[in-house]
Amino acid sequence: MIQTTALIHLRVNGRDYHVAVAPSKTLLEVLREDLRLTGTKHGCELGECGTCAVLVDGKPVLSCLVLPVELEGAEITTVEGLASGNSLHPLQESLADLGAAQCGYCTPGVLMVAKALLDENPQPTREVIKEALGGNLCRCTGYLKIFEAIEMAARKMRAGGSENKEKQLFDCSAHASAWQSQG
Amino acid sequence: MSRNTQNKESLNVVGKPLRKVDSRAKCTGQTIFVDDLFLPGMLFAKILRSTRPHALIRKIDTSRAEALSGVRAILLGHELPITFGILPVSQDEHTLAIEKVRYVGEPVAVVAADEEAIAEEAIRLIEVELEELPPVMSIREALDPSTPEIQAYGDGHNIHKLVSLEFGNVEEALSRSDVLLEDLFFYQGNTHLPMEQHCAVALWDPDDRLTLWSSTQTPHYVHRALARVLEVPAARIRVIACPNGGGFGGKSDPFSHEIAVAKLSMKTGKPVKYTATREEVFYCHRGRHPVLMKSRLGMKKNGTITGLEFQTVLDGGAYGSYGVASTFYTGALQTTTYQIPRYRFQGARVFTNKPPCGPKRGHGTPQPRFGLEVQLDKAAEKLGMDPAELRLKNLVQPNSLTANWLQIRTCSLDQCIEKVVEASSWKQKFRRLPFGRGVGLACSCYLTGAGLPIYWNSMPHSGVQLKLDRSGGVTVFCGSTDIGQGSDSVLAYIVAEVLGIDPFHIRVVTADTDLTPVDLGSYSSRVTLMTGNAAIQAAERARELLDEIAAQELKVPKERLAAAGGKIFDCENPEKFVPFEKAVQLAESKFGTIGTVGSYKPAESPGKYKGAGVGPSPTYSYSAAVVQVQVYTDTGFINVEKIWIAHDVGRALNPLLAIGQIEGSVYMALGEALMEEQEFRHGLHKIPSMLDYKSPTSADMCEVETFLVEEPDAEGPYGAKECGQGPLLPVPPALVNAIYDAVGIRIDEVPVTPEKVLKALRWRADGKAPRYGPQMFPQVPYPEAKMILPPAEGGDGRVLAEPASRLQMRGE
Repeated sequence: MIQTTALIHLRVNGRDYHVAVAPSKTLLEVLREDLRLTGTKHGCELGECGTCAVLVDGKPVLSCLVLPVELEGAEITTVEGLASGNSLHPLQESLADLGAAQCGYCTPGVLMVAKALLDENPQPTREVIKEALGGNLCRCTGYLKIFEAIEMAARKMRAGGSENKEKQLFDCSAHASAWQSQG
Repeated sequence: MSRNTQNKESLNVVGKPLRKVDSRAKCTGQTIFVDDLFLPGMLFAKILRSTRPHALIRKIDTSRAEALSGVRAILLGHELPITFGILPVSQDEHTLAIEKVRYVGEPVAVVAADEEAIAEEAIRLIEVELEELPPVMSIREALDPSTPEIQAYGDGHNIHKLVSLEFGNVEEALSRSDVLLEDLFFYQGNTHLPMEQHCAVALWDPDDRLTLWSSTQTPHYVHRALARVLEVPAARIRVIACPNGGGFGGKSDPFSHEIAVAKLSMKTGKPVKYTATREEVFYCHRGRHPVLMKSRLGMKKNGTITGLEFQTVLDGGAYGSYGVASTFYTGALQTTTYQIPRYRFQGARVFTNKPPCGPKRGHGTPQPRFGLEVQLDKAAEKLGMDPAELRLKNLVQPNSLTANWLQIRTCSLDQCIEKVVEASSWKQKFRRLPFGRGVGLACSCYLTGAGLPIYWNSMPHSGVQLKLDRSGGVTVFCGSTDIGQGSDSVLAYIVAEVLGIDPFHIRVVTADTDLTPVDLGSYSSRVTLMTGNAAIQAAERARELLDEIAAQELKVPKERLAAAGGKIFDCENPEKFVPFEKAVQLAESKFGTIGTVGSYKPAESPGKYKGAGVGPSPTYSYSAAVVQVQVYTDTGFINVEKIWIAHDVGRALNPLLAIGQIEGSVYMALGEALMEEQEFRHGLHKIPSMLDYKSPTSADMCEVETFLVEEPDAEGPYGAKECGQGPLLPVPPALVNAIYDAVGIRIDEVPVTPEKVLKALRWRADGKAPRYGPQMFPQVPYPEAKMILPPAEGGDGRVLAEPASRLQMRGE
């Protein structure tokens, strides 16, 4: 089997990658197999389920349907690029808080589509959210907790992230110092 | 177990709407699913699948594929002659077909190559010569003696299993009825459609040990199948179930691909990965059986049930899978919701040339539940009673035995009905909404774990090990598999509650047959109850050690100690405490390394007849639902406006996750009720893609109002019962009951498509019977029923020596 490769330049989550891949490889395949950014999942590889959604210049794109050779110079964002450092994006916080990620397999795609939505419309109605997520199948949640989480994240973002706190049951610091004092 | 009935106020972790312990990983894309594994030197496998539904294999020529550069190994069926299957009674599958193919999509050959594209090219180069046989594609064709036989075993011509059980003289009971209803129902087959495609990675290492990572709900049963087929000692096989990207029952069987990658790794000495395409997931299937049903229900004028006769035929597909259990389940739980004093159940599962059916959410019970709840709606109308009142009048009693000898524990279905009736304004809406809009009600019941393991043994169903060390760190080891339902979190919450520590400090290690004690798997809604009880036992044993040391340290009697907030303290003087990690250090000094174990096995069920093994459960959950619909009479389209659902969960260990399970069940039920169906044409699956196999999108999802009814059950950990499957069951019947309320047509089958609605509306307008549903029930050679007297009639749970026919002649 004769395989030709093309040297491509991709900018993903603010980092430049130069990889030699078969030009027939999809963005999904290159992200997962060549860049090992496995946070992006796949459910059909036919553009039917929304699981592999990533952002290209801020717009949701099904990574199974685009070729990296078309994306020279574009800014690609995957789920790995959503948090800033160790601080989660309000959407990630809200999905975690409401149990809106059950198996978590559709979650990366949902997060990216929801981010694009909130970046464009900071106060979407329930109907707008339902419409925006129309291409993202989820078999676990019945979507309701996802809708609620997006609404919660939108409120947090409008409030400037002031509601954005990690939940802690107990005071960890006391626990940690007791352990350290045992030396 | 006193903890199981502990009051809510005294709990610190249980009952709180906490995050899942893995929520951060899942929201950052860091959860490692099987296909995210890339091992050095890994090969990729592709499966050649049958393109014909029924054919003899004459010849397979792999020479052209072998010659392709990059191909490392090719595997054919004869290399793995030992059969397997999930049930000991149906070991009817080969890893790769040997003499015959029985459905389109059946694995025939598998290739491992350096790259996926090369493996794909190689399977195209394999030449298979088939001699076609006429395919058997329906229940009717299967029962026709002139069709070819698909399997060489079973209870008759293309009949996999026949069941015939009678609990008390049913004909006599029905003859005493004031109203006798006889109805036919059909529930179409549908599939799980998990978002994650099945995937497996195998590594045969240089020490002659096999590791398999798989998207499986049942690593223990996969472990057994691998040992059997590969003839490798089970002690040298390690199965790791990665978190499943959705299961719903579709990853509960051992699969060909799991065994094939293991064998390919043995042959090549390299890791081998296989990932199913979406189309192949439809062929793996094991989803909901299409079931044809006939139900005869007798009622008194006052609305009490006199008896029920229920017959089913399941379209099983080409192999056994869970089918024997599925067949029993189409009858077993008809008695656990309402008092049915006498009951006859006859079931049959036929083989057809389609992908095998198996367990999907509710395993075998949504179909008969649909029939029963629609029939009760018809009965209520005949008797001029409110359907909610009719159900309340017949409810099973807590702590009672059903006619088929199932032990009911807590039952709060009365409260569930009252909740949804009130919240939906049922009394103001039922038969009172304008034409085109309506409400319907239905109830259901489901297992909280199967009472018996899949293969006979007397060992625990679930085991938990705890490791505590001087860091104050606690690790929980358990064989359970998180398929998204949150089973890892449940383990952490429970251990945290008993030990009085932060659940997010606990490390949970699960689903690894080398590291974790056996848990039978994520099926039958068993995990929370069984692993939860095992976890309580292990944690209590750890507490005993810590309490002993803390009692000495604080100079107070052990009985006065409590654990919360990372401290073990004197209840009468909370200022006196030992920090948790200090207690562990003292315990480690005194007792040595700290490790405890817990295990759980359900109590024996009172039924002693053959078949009594399917249906028993430590306890049952209950649900009631009201569905409100709008029916567009011009298009036949159904708009579900709102669903109210109340679920008797015993206790919600985490209300947020419990509601999530219920909402997910309602969603999946809506898909089954309105659109999802496996359709075939000339042996071919018509719609093996996510675009064509319609499932509800975000735009289709209606508003759902959920109520948790909490009455702790002494059998469940902290009183918990299941909530992941049962809430699916009442929705399809409540929906068709609502359609009747809206426009006066009966749709006695699902899915309810606009076409069926329009037909029934046209018949109604033409003065014909306004019903869409099956017209005939086939002649099934059910054997004479085995007679077992119900508990109320003085039976002992065993089959009577006298044949049923003689009892019937005597009118007893």
